[in-house]
Amino acid sequence: MASALVTDIKARVDRLEIAFNRDGYDKFGTSKKHLAIFFTALGWLYRSYFRVKVTGIEHVPKRGRAMLVGNHSGGYAVDGAMVLASALLDMEPPRLAHGMAEKFLNAMPVASLWTNRVGQLTGLPEHAVQLLEDERLLMVFPEGARGTAKLYKERWSLVGFGQGFVRLALQTKTPIVPLAFIGGGDVMPTVMNLYKLGKLLGAPYIPLTPYLLPVPLPRPCEIIYGEPMRLPGTGNEDDEHIEKLVAQVKERVHELMDEGRRRRGERP
Amino acid sequence: MRVLITGIAGHIGRKVAQYLLARGHTVAGIDRRPWPDAPKAIEIVAVDVRKRAAEEVFRRRRPEALIHLATVTHFQTDLEERYRVNLGGTRAVFEHCHSWGVKEAVFVGRHTFYGAAPDTPLYHTEADPPLAVSTFPELADLVASDLFASSALWRWPEMSTVVLRTCYTLGPSLTGTLASFLRPRRVPTVLGFDPLFQFMHEDDCARAIAETVGRGMRGTFNVAGPQAIPLSLLIKMAGRRNVPLPEPLLTGLLGRFGFASLPRGAVNHIKYPCVVDDAVFRSTTGFAPEFDEAQTVGSFRWAAS
Repeated sequence: MASALVTDIKARVDRLEIAFNRDGYDKFGTSKKHLAIFFTALGWLYRSYFRVKVTGIEHVPKRGRAMLVGNHSGGYAVDGAMVLASALLDMEPPRLAHGMAEKFLNAMPVASLWTNRVGQLTGLPEHAVQLLEDERLLMVFPEGARGTAKLYKERWSLVGFGQGFVRLALQTKTPIVPLAFIGGGDVMPTVMNLYKLGKLLGAPYIPLTPYLLPVPLPRPCEIIYGEPMRLPGTGNEDDEHIEKLVAQVKERVHELMDEGRRRRGERP
Repeated sequence: MRVLITGIAGHIGRKVAQYLLARGHTVAGIDRRPWPDAPKAIEIVAVDVRKRAAEEVFRRRRPEALIHLATVTHFQTDLEERYRVNLGGTRAVFEHCHSWGVKEAVFVGRHTFYGAAPDTPLYHTEADPPLAVSTFPELADLVASDLFASSALWRWPEMSTVVLRTCYTLGPSLTGTLASFLRPRRVPTVLGFDPLFQFMHEDDCARAIAETVGRGMRGTFNVAGPQAIPLSLLIKMAGRRNVPLPEPLLTGLLGRFGFASLPRGAVNHIKYPCVVDDAVFRSTTGFAPEFDEAQTVGSFRWAAS
């Protein structure tokens, strides 16, 4: 079973439509060897630990630039990791989604090396543009770290979306694929965040759970992808106009979240 | 064209001179260092570019193009001397260019101009600011001469000024910043960090510099070679041993026990990538490197063994 997963992941990494050089590195430093190890771990979490269910994966473009935009929750980016796994494991052909890593990660030993080798570059607008212009799949959580810092009781809420992602999508003519991640709050039922301890360790905060350790629980999760949105404009519009487009995307993500809650028999 | 090269006796200078000669240009050079077996067609004046005799070369030969390669990067050279050579020299040379009607002036700078830090992006474009002044203060003189050279673009608009920011070079000459770093058998790296490195074969670099002559180009251009690769792979390809050390230990060991000596700011450049986007230079000149990364590192490895 385990070795079947390893072989499957390796085959999928080999089928990625990315220009790797003869040593297995692309121009951003993504490495096939590291991807295989990383996605073997993620694949186990995805299939066996969280048993992630996916709907609407056909909405994610098979090729060319696209931006996955979703809600954040669950202490740290468990949701992001599962979205990465869904693009590699459940898409045909498999795709590598590139997240925008928190800046502190690149300053930490090991985290710096691994985020870079598996295509998760520091969250800078320059990186987003470079990846999209290389026709990659970008994964964006416009709530940022404030999104993962949501407490258990806030798990169905959305905090403010930044504007940057919409301007980027317009400037680079990138379709936005809205997504909802359902169950992130149950996976990491955060009761409080330790900001001072986080600062000490070089991270924004350390989430605290009722069982103290920031270890995710094996709760079932679901990812719901919506139809791609092609927003009109050039990206040079004023803030007020962009804010309306941001609200449209946020609304769409919220609708998908409600759909997921309803399916779980909850009343949104 | 009549081309004058300052710093012609350096290994890149010699190659640039030969490329230009082969293309039918008339080449002369200025250098304090000797070039014993220089081609007969190349006149070399042994003088410091900051001395009056250097201006006489401009006055007498009336070069139409100038390539300024007389800058120093060796950190062993003391700081004041580096400022004198890099800033004072660049100033003198560009003023002579203006006074004696040079049509094209090329300053050859370095891509480390952009600096390396945890929150700097990959693939810098020419519009990015010189972060090196904060991430690598020891490079401030080179950043200053780069910016000073580009000020010729507005001060003397009749002259076509080109500022090149070239990535590291590697090759059989075993000279240059990256070559000195990779020379010792054991190469120290920072544990948990493995940045992308961008380098090109020294022949490609010389050819790229020669390509700028006669085009009337203006502005700043990044110059790079084959695809960037992680430092760990570069060390392996060079036949060296990668010694990853925790950062505090590494800074204590530099310059001792056979490890290369590095200025403190250089540690940032082995932790974080400093790579450039060379699309504008490629589309303007049609330049493409002849040597891929394996051939480039291979030529260094062969010569170093």
